[in-house]
Amino acid sequence: MDSNQAAKQHSLVGSEADSQRTLYPYVTGTSVVALKYKDGILMAADMGGSYGSTLRYKSVERLKAVGKHSLLGASGEISDFQEILRYLDELILYDNMWDDGNSFGPKEVHSYLTRVMYNRRNKFDPLWNSLVLGGVKNGQKYLGMVSMIGVNFEDNHVATGFGNHLARPLLRDEWHENLSFEDGVKLLEKCMRVLLYRDRSAINKLQIAKITEEGVTISPPYALKTFWGFSAFENPTVGAEGSW
Amino acid sequence: MSQAAVEVPPKGGFSFDLCRRNDMLSKKGVPLPSFRKTGTTIVGLIFQDGVILGADTRATEGPIVCDKNCEKIHYMAPNIYCCGAGTAADTEAVTEMVNSQLQLHRYHTGGRESRVVTALTLLKSHLFNYQGHVQAALVLGGVDVTGPHLHTIYPHGSTDSLPFATMGSGSLAAMAVFESKYHEGLTREEGINLVCEAICSGIFNDLGSGSNVDICVITKGHKEYLRNHHMPNPRTYFHSQGFSFPKKIEVLFTKVTPLKEMVGVIEGGDAMEE
Repeated sequence: MDSNQAAKQHSLVGSEADSQRTLYPYVTGTSVVALKYKDGILMAADMGGSYGSTLRYKSVERLKAVGKHSLLGASGEISDFQEILRYLDELILYDNMWDDGNSFGPKEVHSYLTRVMYNRRNKFDPLWNSLVLGGVKNGQKYLGMVSMIGVNFEDNHVATGFGNHLARPLLRDEWHENLSFEDGVKLLEKCMRVLLYRDRSAINKLQIAKITEEGVTISPPYALKTFWGFSAFENPTVGAEGSW
Repeated sequence: MSQAAVEVPPKGGFSFDLCRRNDMLSKKGVPLPSFRKTGTTIVGLIFQDGVILGADTRATEGPIVCDKNCEKIHYMAPNIYCCGAGTAADTEAVTEMVNSQLQLHRYHTGGRESRVVTALTLLKSHLFNYQGHVQAALVLGGVDVTGPHLHTIYPHGSTDSLPFATMGSGSLAAMAVFESKYHEGLTREEGINLVCEAICSGIFNDLGSGSNVDICVITKGHKEYLRNHHMPNPRTYFHSQGFSFPKKIEVLFTKVTPLKEMVGVIEGGDAMEE
């Protein structure tokens, strides 16, 4: 017991500061999947907010437009996502106040988010999110990701959370340059369907957002078709009655 | 007159005595020795004529690939095969044990073809008895008189009966392929291609899986084990002409030392003791 107390006194972090740092997430969103297509970026996320293992909120919008040229999707702690939206609001507001004809593109917003996430991580008080930032500016498409510890990169298709394990393999196989809008949506829906089947925190209510040079469009919520009619599901113990 | 507790003779089976010690040691920071695992992608699916099993061929010891081309599809009976993921020794031992039990059972029951549920029950009761310490995760498939069957068996002894299944570290990558492309009534070619695609998805997206694809097709009365059916990781750079040594080897120097001058040989000495 004594050694425990001594350890606490010698630890790097004081005990009062503990109550003010993020230790675990509470209300979380699951994966976000995004890809570049011919005219811009397509991004999809479902609308669930889980409170541990309960599905608490079923209409959480996890895709938001940022400024004129960017689209942000977030997974992880929802309250931290809302905080990030406030930071970005301030950033875009200050940018508008310059009134100089320039506006922040996706590269700039991504860079800002990376700095914010990394600096919070260095203070042992992370914003518990994995963010996907996509956008088009002056014909240049951009798609990047930032994790809660500040790891950031740019790629033709990204995913957060479970999407990394389930959706990335499909995207690596089937993505190619200059996908049409329909093909892009079909590919994203394929990924979201696999996530719906195999991720326990996914729900069948999703939004797909697209961003092009013209601007951002976020679709209204809709559901995917699922298939459960395999004969082995209906009759799993055929020929072996009593087994399971 | 105090007496020690009655000594119960050991009944065999796993002795859990050292588990507490191992637990304590690992809490103190002494790492457990790493064992050879098959960080793996194994899959199975049911197609219109039977069952197709597939596996990758990489075996790892921690971060090192210790076997680039191991065999993960094990023979259980002429009509039943089993893919194994987890600790390599455990999957080998448990499948060989059940293989011999099945053969004895066939001898006892007049040579009738073994049923998949027999193998399933033998495997699951063995694994349950060892409470998950035998770390074998298996995909068992075969065709018997009651039809084609595909089962997954988890290390603690639970089982599932499925139309398509994946196990191992690459199971999510392979399952993504199955969930998007599987449908009932696949032909043999479609089935083999889908299994190949799923294993390749595991090979290229999971670090614990790699090298080649093994496939086993089981139909009624017939089986085909396609070892290294697909080899998507060939050695890229190698000397195209191979190696050769000069035909004529020049003799530079010759010296002969007869050993009789160095060692004294005693005639009729003692023979070596047995």
